[in-house]
Amino acid sequence: MEDIVQRKTGDGIELISFRIGDQEFCVDIMAVREIRGWTPATSLPQAPSFVKGVINLRGAVLPIVDLAARMGMAVTEPNERHVIIVTRICDQQVGLLVDAVCDIITVDTGTIQQTPDLACDVVKTFVKGLLAMEGRMISLISLDNVLPTLEVEQTGAETASILAA
Amino acid sequence: MDPLAAIKVTFFQECEEQLAELEGGLLAMEGGDHDPEIVNAVFRAVHSIKGGAGAFSLEDLVRFSHVFETALDLIRSGDIQADQETLKLLLRSADVLADHVRAARDGGSVDEGRSSAMAEALEALASGMGGGGEADTGDGFADFVFNPVTIDMSDAAAPAPDLSIEDLLARVTGEAASTSDVPAETAGDDVTWHIRFYPQVGLYQKANESGLLLRELARLGKVEVRLDASGLPTLQNMNPEDAYLGWSVALSGPTLEEASIREVFEWVEGDCYLDIVREGAAPAAAVAAGTAPAASIDAVGEVDVMALIRAAQAAEVPAAAMTPPTAAPRPAEAPAKVEPTKTREAALDAKAQAAAREASPQTIRVDLERVDRLIDLVGELVINQAMLTQRVAECGLQRASSVAMGLDDLEQLTREIQDSVMAIRAQPVKSVFQRFPRLVREIAAMTGKEVRLIMDGEGTEVDKTVIERLSDPLTHMIRNAIDHGLETPDEREAAGKPREGVVRLAALHRSGRIVIEISDDGRGINRPRVKQIAVDKGLISPETNLSDDEIDNLIFMAGFSTAATVSDISGRGVGMDVVRRSIQSLGGRINISSRPGQGSTFTLSLPLTLAVLDGMVVTVAGQTLVAPLTAIIESLQPKAADVRSLGPNAQVIAIRDTHVPLIDIGRSLGYRTVTPPPTEGVALLVEGEGGSRAALMVDAIQGQRQVVIKSLEANYRPVPGIAAATILGDGRVALILDIDAVMVPKPHEGLGAASAPAAGGFDPAVVPTSLAKVG
Repeated sequence: MEDIVQRKTGDGIELISFRIGDQEFCVDIMAVREIRGWTPATSLPQAPSFVKGVINLRGAVLPIVDLAARMGMAVTEPNERHVIIVTRICDQQVGLLVDAVCDIITVDTGTIQQTPDLACDVVKTFVKGLLAMEGRMISLISLDNVLPTLEVEQTGAETASILAA
Repeated sequence: MDPLAAIKVTFFQECEEQLAELEGGLLAMEGGDHDPEIVNAVFRAVHSIKGGAGAFSLEDLVRFSHVFETALDLIRSGDIQADQETLKLLLRSADVLADHVRAARDGGSVDEGRSSAMAEALEALASGMGGGGEADTGDGFADFVFNPVTIDMSDAAAPAPDLSIEDLLARVTGEAASTSDVPAETAGDDVTWHIRFYPQVGLYQKANESGLLLRELARLGKVEVRLDASGLPTLQNMNPEDAYLGWSVALSGPTLEEASIREVFEWVEGDCYLDIVREGAAPAAAVAAGTAPAASIDAVGEVDVMALIRAAQAAEVPAAAMTPPTAAPRPAEAPAKVEPTKTREAALDAKAQAAAREASPQTIRVDLERVDRLIDLVGELVINQAMLTQRVAECGLQRASSVAMGLDDLEQLTREIQDSVMAIRAQPVKSVFQRFPRLVREIAAMTGKEVRLIMDGEGTEVDKTVIERLSDPLTHMIRNAIDHGLETPDEREAAGKPREGVVRLAALHRSGRIVIEISDDGRGINRPRVKQIAVDKGLISPETNLSDDEIDNLIFMAGFSTAATVSDISGRGVGMDVVRRSIQSLGGRINISSRPGQGSTFTLSLPLTLAVLDGMVVTVAGQTLVAPLTAIIESLQPKAADVRSLGPNAQVIAIRDTHVPLIDIGRSLGYRTVTPPPTEGVALLVEGEGGSRAALMVDAIQGQRQVVIKSLEANYRPVPGIAAATILGDGRVALILDIDAVMVPKPHEGLGAASAPAAGGFDPAVVPTSLAKVG
C-alpha cells in the first residue's frame, strides 16, 4: 500500500483505516487501544448475531462485535487472518472484528464529507462521514452505536417502523 | 486530597473505632463488669473523640462529647454509681454521639431534640451527684487557650481571656518566686513523688488541658504545684499557640504507685516532657526536679523527642527511677535559643510520634483500591499459571520432569499467594455486628420488649465484598426476631421465661464457608397460623399437606408477612423472601429451624469471598460452562425410565419419588434447538431460589474447579441466564451459569424460546438481528 499519509497543519485527526470485504472504513485512532489477531471467542447465549462472543484480553472479558454483521453485511466466519481492533467506547472495551487493518491516516476534519442521504438507514447509524482518498472511499465509523444498548434498539425500532411505513 | 482532609478522614476512621470501644465498654459494664480499666477505656474513647473534634472545630460534636465526658469522668471517679439506669442512659448517649460523629463526617444533621434531651439528661446526671460544681463549666472546653494560672484546683478549666499578658506575667513570676523555696513536705510514711510536667504544643492542640491533668493528680494525694514560667519568652517573641510553661508537682500520699501517676498522663505522653521521680529513693533526682526545669524549658524545642520518649519509657522500669533520667542533662548540655518554627517542628514530631504510638503497630491502613488491584492481579496469576500448566501438559512432558515439578511448586505458591491476598481483604464480621446492639436497643424500646443481644464470633473473618452485603439481611432478620419472635415481657413471664428475651447472633467458619446464626428464645414459628396465612394469600392450596419444615419455609415466599398489622419495625414491604434472595445472590443459603415456645434459629451459610467461586465445569453443546457448586445437590445419569414428558416440550425426571423439571441448559440458553436424549448426558440436581429444585441437563462434567469471577457487565451488559464469566486454564472465557435464571423459564415465553432461540424472550435486543436481515 502506498503512503497516503499527508501531514497537514490545522484540524488534523489521525484515523486507523481497515477493510471489511471490499469496503474501507476508519475509526479515530484515539479510541483504539490495541490491534490483535483473532482468537476463538466464547459465544454468548442469545446474543445478537453481530456479537461473536467474548474473549480473554489479559484477564478482562472482552466482547467481540462483528462489524460486518453489525452494519448489515454478511456475518463473518472468522479465521486467524482476521483482526480484532480493541476500542474503548464510553468506559467499555469492545473488540471489533474486521478483515484487515490498512493504515494510519491523518486527515483534515474539513475534508470529511457528509454521508449522503442515499445511504441505507442502517449504514447511516454507523457511518459518520466519508473520506475521499486517492480515488478510494473510506467511511468514518461512529463507535457509539456499535454495542447493543437501549438507544440502539430504539434506533433500530425507529428504522424498522420507517421501513414498514 | 489536601493533608487536612486526609487527617480528617483518619480522625473519622478512628472515631468509628472509639465508638465501637465505647459501646463495647458500656455493654461490658452493663453486663456487670466493674473493672476500672473498662471505665477508663470508655472515658478515653469519648475523650479522644472530643479531642479530635476540637482540632477540627466540630463544635456540635465537641459540645456533646464534652457533656458526655463529664458524666463519664464522674463515674470514673466513683462519684456516680454506674447502675443499670445510668448505663442505659450512657448507651443511648453513645448512640447520639455516634450520630454526631456521622453528621460531622457526612454533613448531615442530628436529631436536635434527641441530642439536647440526652445532653440534659447527662448534665442532670452529672449535677445530681454531690459537689456538682466540680464539673466543668460548659464553655471552657473548646478553648485551646492555655492558662498559666490553672494551679488553682477549683478553677481548673476557667479560661483567662480577660487577663492582660502583663498581669499574667506578673502573676506567673510572683507565683514562681513564692514557691521556689518551698520544699515538699513529707508527712509520716507517706510516699512523695516529684513530677515534672512540661506540656508541648501538641498537648493543647489535642484539646487536652494541663489544668485538668493537675487536678487529676490532686485526686491521688496531697499536691504541691509549682509553676515554671522561666521558658516564657518576651511578648515580642511569643507565639500565642505555643506551649512555654511547665509545672513541677510534689505529690504525696500513703500508697502512691508510679503507675497510677503515669495513668493520669497516659493520654498526653508524647506530647509533653514528663519526669516522675520518687523522693528519698533518689535524692539527686529530687534536686534535679527543682533545678533542671529552667534549662529544659529553655530548650524544649531542641529536645530530641525520641530521647524524651525513650526516657519516658525507661522511667517505667522501676530501676530507672533510681537514677536521674537520662534526658534531663541533655537539654542542659545544649541550651539554645528556641526559634518558634523549630518548636513547632518539634511539636509536630511529637504529635506524629504520639499518633504512631497510638495506632497499633500491628496494623496498617491501606487504600482498598490497591488491595483490589492486587487481588485482580493474583487472579491473573492463577489463570496464567493454569494456562502454563496446560501448555506444558500439551507438550507431552513427563509428570516427573523438572519442568513439570517446577510447575507444581509454582501452582502451590500461586494458591498460597491467592489465599494470603484474599486474607488481606478479609474483615472480621464485627464491622457489621457492631451496629446491632444499637438496633436492638431501638427496636426493644419501640416494641416495649426487653431484649438482650448476645454476640459470638465477631472476630470471624470474611471477605469485604461479602461483609458489605450482609448488613441489610441481618438487620432485617434481627428486626424480625425481636418483633415477631420474642414475646412481650408479660407473655414471657406467663410462659415461665425470664422477662428479658435473648437474641443471639453468632458467626463461625465451617468447611470453607462462614455460617451466621440468628436465634431467639421467643415463641417460635406459629405453624398453623403461617399455613393459614399462606392459604389466605393464595400461596398454597388448603389441601396441601406440608411437613413442619416446609411450613417454616413458607415464610420465605414472596408476599408473605405474618405480622397482623404492619408495624413500624418489620413489615415495611420487604419480607423474608427479600432476605433469602439477597443471601442467595451472595451465593449463600438460609435455613430455619424452629421449636414452638422455645424460639427459632436462622442459619446463613455464605461463601468467604465473592471474588472466587467453587464451580463445576461442564460441557454443553460444545460450550464450556461453570455451574456454582453451592447450588448443586448431586449429579446423576438419567435413566430412560425416569424421564417422562409433560406437555409438548417439558420433561420431568423422577428422583427418589419426586418429580423435578428436567431442563436442557443448551436449549434454555439457546445454544441448540434440539435436545439430545437425556440418557446421553448428565443431570445436575440443583436447588434455586425459594428452595425449588430442577435437574439441569449437561453433556458432560469436566470437573470441579475454583474459578476467578469476572464481570460481563464491565465491557458488555448482563446476559440472561449467565451470572458472570471466568477464564479457564486454556485462556478462554467460560460463562458461569445463573442457576435461578436458567431454572425459571418464563411460562409464556417457553414455547417461543424453544422453537426460535435467537428470538427468545430473554433477549431485549432482537431488533438489530432483524435489522441485519433488512440490510
